[in-house]
Amino acid sequence: MTNTAPTLPVRVRSQALDLLQLLGRTFLVFLQATGNFAFFTIRSLSHCLRPPLYLSQIGRQFMDIGYYCLPVVGLTTLFSGMVLALQSYTGFSRYAAGAESAIANIVVISITRELGPVMAGLMVAGRIGASIAAEIGTMRVTEQIDALTTLSTHPYKYLIVPRLLAGILMLPLLVAVGDVIGVFGGYLISVYRLGFNASNYLDQTLRFVESIDVISGLVKAAVFGFIVTLMGCYFGFNSKGGAQGVGTATTNAVVSSSILVLTLNYFITGLFFGAR
Amino acid sequence: MALNTKIQLKDVYKAFGSKKVLNGVYLSVEKGQSLVVIGGSGTGKSVMIKSILGIVEADSGSIRIDGEETRGAAGKKREAVLDQFGMLFQGSALFDSLPVWRNVSFKLLQARRMPPREARDLAIETLGQVGLGPEVAGLYPAELSGGMQKRVALARAIAARPEIIFFDEPTTGLDPIMADVINELIVECVRKLGATTISITHDMASARKIADRIAMIYEGKIIWEGRKDEIDHSGNPYVDQFIHGRAEGPIQMQVLRP
Repeated sequence: MTNTAPTLPVRVRSQALDLLQLLGRTFLVFLQATGNFAFFTIRSLSHCLRPPLYLSQIGRQFMDIGYYCLPVVGLTTLFSGMVLALQSYTGFSRYAAGAESAIANIVVISITRELGPVMAGLMVAGRIGASIAAEIGTMRVTEQIDALTTLSTHPYKYLIVPRLLAGILMLPLLVAVGDVIGVFGGYLISVYRLGFNASNYLDQTLRFVESIDVISGLVKAAVFGFIVTLMGCYFGFNSKGGAQGVGTATTNAVVSSSILVLTLNYFITGLFFGAR
Repeated sequence: MALNTKIQLKDVYKAFGSKKVLNGVYLSVEKGQSLVVIGGSGTGKSVMIKSILGIVEADSGSIRIDGEETRGAAGKKREAVLDQFGMLFQGSALFDSLPVWRNVSFKLLQARRMPPREARDLAIETLGQVGLGPEVAGLYPAELSGGMQKRVALARAIAARPEIIFFDEPTTGLDPIMADVINELIVECVRKLGATTISITHDMASARKIADRIAMIYEGKIIWEGRKDEIDHSGNPYVDQFIHGRAEGPIQMQVLRP
């Protein structure tokens, strides 16, 4: 016992140093990752503004995001609108009169401001974010991205720019369609299930909705489209190793873009409606 | 003499973190010459080639092509450098979303904006040079065998008539007969184009077939260089061990490393 007593503080001190070292290393890794990501984002955006643009690639991505996501986004917004109408009816009928106009208002506001863009953002994160990360990640690990460089084709311009552009421009379009479908879902339930007057419901919807509701939703959509495609490209582009690396890249892309969609949704809402 | 030097590396260093991969590489290749760089796995062969291309950026030293410094070149200058290169990748690295003919004529279609009809004809002609018929042109890379993929990749590397071609392990993963077919195609295509080439390989049969000169890289340095016929009496114990494939010798394999 007398022997071990003096060595104890030394051991504790070395453990504390280890811990500090670990903290420092983690912090440095974090800083490096943040820097890499910022650099990647700036480079990608700068390439968006400089020719040449690969039009056939851009067209393909527009189809992928704008057209092939339509069924998923349409279905989710349709059912969101339907469930909104149903839920707000059960809620409002407790307070009796005026339920009819309240439901139309709630459905159109919730869909255009929140559910349309958020649902579309999350669905596209799952569908497009994952496929971008997997495709670009596989191209990275099989040296296809290096091959692009040796064939005088800039990988940023050929792979990333088309996807970013498609995300930024196509998601608002998707959301606009989703808005209409979502409101239609609310209409279906109100008229055919709850027995409201059809023209009255539509009249209420159109009277109540303001352009800022729709515009804020479309701005959100553009931001989400950018985030989802950027995350897919970033994690795919930086994937390492083989199949496992691609798997990790895909997971990271979907998780990070979903979290960012929900977080940014709060802040953009704050920007548009916070002051009132 | 110096006028004919196509590629020259002087004292090139590259490290990834604390891992030093290139440790002062000196190398020069004459115009129209075929240099084969031999060496074990993980000795820096691939990194050396990628640093010449600029895919990996060297930390220090000088990389000259046609006498012009290219290390750190970016933008238009890098594009001009890359335009004279072709490369055959180890795993072929064909674009699996595109049919064979679009792969072969990729550079012509994308970078040089050649009309598709013309590019397709040229792709079929180039496929003919590597012994593939026009029926292959419409297939996708996944529908081809490994040997055929290699040939398509070779066709892609030579289609734009580059002045410099790099071959990264051109025969790895092929049976000996197919390996020899690829070697012969490489020799033939290079001779026809008059291109300068660097190949990296650990296949001695391939090295003997395609090389004019051979260099050996070990621990990030070129430790021997000479004509192909000199390699059997190089007097260098490292080279001797490598070309005879002996486990015992100055090169110690770190087998226990995780």
